[in-house]
Amino acid sequence: MDQSLFRSLAPVSLALFCISTPAAAQEASLVDGGKLLLTNGVTTIEGTSGGGVATWSTIAGRETDRGIGLSGHVTLIELPDYGWQSHGVAVGIANRIELSYARQNFDTRDVGTALGLGRGYTLNQDVFAAKLRLAGDVVYGDPLLPQISLGVEHKRNRDAPVARAVGAAHGSGTDVTLSATKLFLSHSVLVNATARLTKANQAGLLGFGSAGDDQHQVQFEGSVAYQLSRRAVIGAEYRTKPDNLAIAREDDWWDLFAAYALTDNLTVTAAYVDLGSIATFDNQRGGFLSAQIAF
Amino acid sequence: MLLLAAALLMQPATEPPVDWDKEFGVEERVRDPATGELPVDPYVQSNANAGATPFTGSAMATAFGGQDGIRRIANRTVELSQADPRLAAIFQAHDMVRLKRTLFEQFCYILNAGCDYSGRDMASSHKDMGVRMRDMNALVENLQAAMREEKVGFAAQNRFLSKLAPMSRDVITR
Repeated sequence: MDQSLFRSLAPVSLALFCISTPAAAQEASLVDGGKLLLTNGVTTIEGTSGGGVATWSTIAGRETDRGIGLSGHVTLIELPDYGWQSHGVAVGIANRIELSYARQNFDTRDVGTALGLGRGYTLNQDVFAAKLRLAGDVVYGDPLLPQISLGVEHKRNRDAPVARAVGAAHGSGTDVTLSATKLFLSHSVLVNATARLTKANQAGLLGFGSAGDDQHQVQFEGSVAYQLSRRAVIGAEYRTKPDNLAIAREDDWWDLFAAYALTDNLTVTAAYVDLGSIATFDNQRGGFLSAQIAF
Repeated sequence: MLLLAAALLMQPATEPPVDWDKEFGVEERVRDPATGELPVDPYVQSNANAGATPFTGSAMATAFGGQDGIRRIANRTVELSQADPRLAAIFQAHDMVRLKRTLFEQFCYILNAGCDYSGRDMASSHKDMGVRMRDMNALVENLQAAMREEKVGFAAQNRFLSKLAPMSRDVITR
């Protein structure tokens, strides 16, 4: 073996040595994708991780406690009188912190004409959210200790003049959520309970608070889900809401959902949602479809 | 290189080869001729070491195909993990013959399929392994794959995992 060949092989043999060292071999990349399937939840209408309508204590992304996870989503809701489209991104850090952004676009269609906004006037809102896992784990540890997370959702309605016109006190607001989520493996059942401090009218799309009622109120979000397989979950959710505006009644929301992980990285969620009365148009029940990609 | 090779060839062959294991006090571990297992330090054997209370009744044992099914699942879980690049490094240093036996006994005991567990408890058997959550998750995936191959129903798989999941407190050490 001549000198130059030896020199050129030296780094290779060094690299092989490093690879064969156990400690080096098991170091996964920062985006480790090691979270158990579906335990990152699916993206909610507010861009946080949860069950679609209710926010859970889960952390977005497929990272474990040593990595970073990423996710992106698109959600469509088709209602009798409205169309909803939202999309956003989220980062999960060490399965401890979730940072998310979502843009909500609410198409008022013919209602826009009735409200004098113009046909197809779209209400838009940005939601910037952060969630911190305080204790517990959805799957592991004490079977009776749920994963508990504290969240903050700062919502900025981009149509504040419209919100004020319907009687809202503010064009932006901040929700605080406290969630507890546990997968009871012995029954394949996941249960979530969330308390939300909020002033939001229709999640903020009709602004926040009103002249008569401008206090944060505690609202409740509950979810029960059954795991059919490693990839499939069905469930139901209920979400109570404030009723601040004088001109239009606001109803609680509920939904029935099915989520399926087509691959380890792509999850689709379909749901039947009942969003009640929105801006005097009653019985807004329809279909919800969401796609989430996560690493 | 050529000079180095020549120098090595010219070494006088009079000195006997050095037994480095002896020099450094490395004890040679010999596999038991009957069981094929390497010896381990003594410990107190107890079913409590299994780390979970067993199921009652025979439904779970049946769902797992009795002792034969449980043995195939335990063996397959170990083999999948040995071949898994995420876990191979952790498994490499351990006695797979013994692990397959003790894992079978643990599964069999917890599933109430008529075994006693003779292995060590979860904390001491995983001490110094440096198991992280991502490793535990990978092992769960391999166990799930092994259970699927044995056609164990998903609800029964999860019921079994409900006995193992709390062990994360003793298994995940960093």
